[in-house]
Amino acid sequence: MTLYTKIRAAAFAAGIGLAAIAAPALADEQHFPLQSYRVGPYAAGGTGFFGGFIDYLNLINTRDGGVNGVKLTWSEAETQYEVERGVEAYERLKSNQGIAAWNPLSVGIAYAMIDRITQDKVPLITINHGRTDSTDGRVFPYVFPLLLNPYSETSGIVNYIASKEGGLESLKGKKIVVLYHGSPYGKETIPIYELLAEKYGFELQQIEVPHPGNEQQSQWLTIRRAKPDYVVLRGWGVMNPVALKTAAKTGFPVDHIIGNVWSNSEEDVIPAGDAAKGYTAITTQASGAEYPVVKEIVKTVYDAGKGNLEDKNRIGSVYHNLGIVNGILNVEAVRIAQEKFGKRTLTGDEVRWGFEHLQLDPARVEALGAKDLFHSINVTWDNHEGNGYVTFQQWDGKKWNVVSDWIAPDWALLRPIIEKSSEAYAAEKGIKLRTAEDAEAATN
Amino acid sequence: MSTVTADLSPPLSLPFHAGALAVLAVAYLVVPFIGSSYLFEAILLPFLALSLAGVGLNILTGYAGQVSLGSAAFMAVGAFAAYNFNLRVEALPLIGSIVLAGLSAAAIGIVFGLPSLRLRGFYLAVSTLAAQFFVQWALTKFGWFSNNSASGVIDAPPLSLAGLSFEGPVGRYLFALTVVAVLTFLAYRLVSSQTGRNFIAVRDNETAARIIGVPVLRTKLLAFGVSSFIIGVAGVLWAFAYLRTVEPAGFNLDRSFQILFIVIIGGLASIRGAFFGAALIVVFPLVLSRLGAFLLGDIFDSGVLDMTQRIVIGAFIILFLVLEPDGLVALWDRLKSRITAALRRA
Amino acid sequence: MAEFDWLFFTEVLIGGLLSGVMYSLVAIGFVLIYKTSGVLNFSQGALLLFAALTFVSLVEKGVPFAAAFAITFAAMVVIGVAIERTVLRPLTNKPPITLFMATLGLSYIIEGAAQLIWGTQVHGLDLGIEDIPFDVGGVFISQFDIFAAVVAASMVGALSAFFRYTRIGLGFRAVADDQFAALAVGLKLPWIWASVWAAAGLVALVAGLLWGARLGVQFSLSLVVLKALPVLVLGGFDSILGAIVGGLLVGASEKLAEVYIGDYFGGGIEGWFAYVVALAFLLIRPSGLFGQKLVERV
Repeated sequence: MTLYTKIRAAAFAAGIGLAAIAAPALADEQHFPLQSYRVGPYAAGGTGFFGGFIDYLNLINTRDGGVNGVKLTWSEAETQYEVERGVEAYERLKSNQGIAAWNPLSVGIAYAMIDRITQDKVPLITINHGRTDSTDGRVFPYVFPLLLNPYSETSGIVNYIASKEGGLESLKGKKIVVLYHGSPYGKETIPIYELLAEKYGFELQQIEVPHPGNEQQSQWLTIRRAKPDYVVLRGWGVMNPVALKTAAKTGFPVDHIIGNVWSNSEEDVIPAGDAAKGYTAITTQASGAEYPVVKEIVKTVYDAGKGNLEDKNRIGSVYHNLGIVNGILNVEAVRIAQEKFGKRTLTGDEVRWGFEHLQLDPARVEALGAKDLFHSINVTWDNHEGNGYVTFQQWDGKKWNVVSDWIAPDWALLRPIIEKSSEAYAAEKGIKLRTAEDAEAATN
Repeated sequence: MSTVTADLSPPLSLPFHAGALAVLAVAYLVVPFIGSSYLFEAILLPFLALSLAGVGLNILTGYAGQVSLGSAAFMAVGAFAAYNFNLRVEALPLIGSIVLAGLSAAAIGIVFGLPSLRLRGFYLAVSTLAAQFFVQWALTKFGWFSNNSASGVIDAPPLSLAGLSFEGPVGRYLFALTVVAVLTFLAYRLVSSQTGRNFIAVRDNETAARIIGVPVLRTKLLAFGVSSFIIGVAGVLWAFAYLRTVEPAGFNLDRSFQILFIVIIGGLASIRGAFFGAALIVVFPLVLSRLGAFLLGDIFDSGVLDMTQRIVIGAFIILFLVLEPDGLVALWDRLKSRITAALRRA
Repeated sequence: MAEFDWLFFTEVLIGGLLSGVMYSLVAIGFVLIYKTSGVLNFSQGALLLFAALTFVSLVEKGVPFAAAFAITFAAMVVIGVAIERTVLRPLTNKPPITLFMATLGLSYIIEGAAQLIWGTQVHGLDLGIEDIPFDVGGVFISQFDIFAAVVAASMVGALSAFFRYTRIGLGFRAVADDQFAALAVGLKLPWIWASVWAAAGLVALVAGLLWGARLGVQFSLSLVVLKALPVLVLGGFDSILGAIVGGLLVGASEKLAEVYIGDYFGGGIEGWFAYVVALAFLLIRPSGLFGQKLVERV
């Protein structure tokens, strides 16, 4: 191998390397490569999320002239949510200058990128999803499952059910069924529900729905026979509306179904029609267009004809607002990193430092025009999730309404489990655990 | 399907070898020095893995005449088996894991090939879907297969052979290239041997094959076994060399169809065909998407472009099947003979 | 399980049979095409998606139900005839596998076109049938499923009558029996093919609406073909009756299996169980329940 590397270097030196066309001197720009999906089975989520993200970047450019004068740019490549298309898009887009961070919004693509971005030293943001143990910044320096990882989501849902029942003690003797999608994603939280069931003394049954989930008669008949107090829906795509419809068909009350973070959008409930009325789901960001930042996007971006969503009715929808929140978090990370490294185009590693100091308290969130849109975030060098709060929203047939306070998952309980998993990963891959000092240094 | 026998008449003729050696020489001695990481990561690695899968399926479908829609499942078996052998058997070199992975895929392939003893045509094709769904289910269901990783997704181990490390795009490319070259050579030898002729006899006329003493049942199962072995190794390359991660969902029905496309478009019963087909299937969409983005990118968003692409690809496939049903190989051979004729005249 | 719960068993069984009707509905579309052209038309799922998406988009634009149905049906007929002309005719006498691949290509085109024309949004589809279960002696039965079953049954009745009593229908059967003989006696094949595609388009439309009402109209709708394939294997690719019986068998057995033996496997076995049932059955009877016994090669 080393021989090859040497010859290769020599070849470049001799001027054969065609790829080595000199990069033009660039204006201060920070780039966001987007592996978006606007086609295929999950297109509805993709158009909303990437639309919101782009809208926010547009807002910053138009209103503030960028972040401290550094323009934000982006480029898109379609993935259809397929891993190998995501990889191709990564290889295609990574030649862009001044990349701040990657935001694929796909677990599969994110997994395939972990090795690659770690080598390239550019952050990978997997807001609300992704690999739970990448929360541990000691092992995964460049991966950020911001706001909510799957374990926190589980704890948040159980805490919410407890609050409805009158406290964690009242969970004793209750029965909860978890209906999960038959995929790695769906199964990820199985041990956590078991752990919480044991801790709080509720009875638990976890039932799998085979992919894609367009037939759930037998599962719901089983549920009806089990007579649970609550059903948690850990669904995905078409599985969600079918679950709600089949629940109605088998006579299970919809207001006792709690959806997880990938079962919480308009696209999940609209196809179910009336069967979805009263369905409640977890979220990290409230939906609706009444928040100042969303209003500003409408005024500055959409009224100027530069909005990304084709259908303006989707402004303020769950995925659109998630995209906006994602935009806020990315932009603020860049801003925080600029304060340390200078108001210029930053390297990926410098932006990583920014994410690791991404601490937005409720006051700062309000100043950003996002009060009540999301609660706060507190990312540190070893906690890459940032202790996001969750809230619950109920579908009334037309829109989602927030029905709970901001709820904190039990992070302290989950952290040791996460560390166990990440340390096992580190051992398997021969990764040396990072320390606070390692994290402080950033290459440029 | 009569044209395919043409591929047999010049067994081990010189031009084929010369051509193959020339391609290999370029692949080993030139490409690693001039290629960009995009070329390796986004084009050559998936091309190599899919070509190998195409070679595997071609043995089953092209030579032995058994249609399978479960190729992706055998790729998955290979990938997960290699991961587990590598993880659980101490001191087993990577090459050992790969061979064992191929054998595991072959074993599963033979089991799902059993219906072929009774079924034909689409009945068989649809029944191979059982493999597709069962394997995907089993790999997701039992955490053991993914070493109880929380999310069921596994990471590829570092690639090394006999102390040499094959990291980085170029390294992984060379690794995949070597595996593909060796297996393709073996596959070529196999189909030009008596066994290969047995495959063809079974495909062309089962009863006649039986009369002339071909052990039909054994031949069919052997075809399933060999084919699955190769496809399994292709799965290892896909997971270890290309994506560097494995999740069962990546080996879905679409992948099986993709491999079938490679075989049909490349040319049935032709080892070269698999490479032609894979090149087209990997490169064509990329070219199309680049072209689309370049020409129309300012007018339409990526979604519209991608849907247009889908339509163009679909139309292209149909057009191709209508105009050149014997595949790219036939096209290539015609082109070649025309050029030689022209040269001779000149 | 101390005592066997017969009530629950009945409920699962009925639910399964009713789901099975929905599978049959999709399978019939395959059978029609296969019987006349010998093509396993994989684009049936895409057609179903296209029909449902067109219908729902028209209704959302304010077109009345009946008009939307008629327009969509007309569109399906045009598409069907176009497919016959541009894809299948040039490929006559090609091996079945080539034809199959062509229909895969076709499904790309149709899916792409459907989304290009109507967008990728998810739509709800309300056919105006309440989906509240009613209670028959402790067994809950879904009104919607009963409705779907009735629709499916009447469609099968209509199709059978069509093929039995009309000239085109007789021609269809003649073609199905022996293409060359049919040609020899002067039957106009293109005309018959066109009407079969129209019938398949109608089946796609009805199936698309019923499935669309259950799942919502979205991309995943085209995945319902995966439920229809084991039905086809079980019932035979060329038998409408087989599609019905096969659908019922698949529906009932997969639901019962999921509920009663799923636990031993950890659940979620529905995805492949139908294939295993079909396979086990085929080992006994290689051309399905009602399929014609013929040697074919791919």
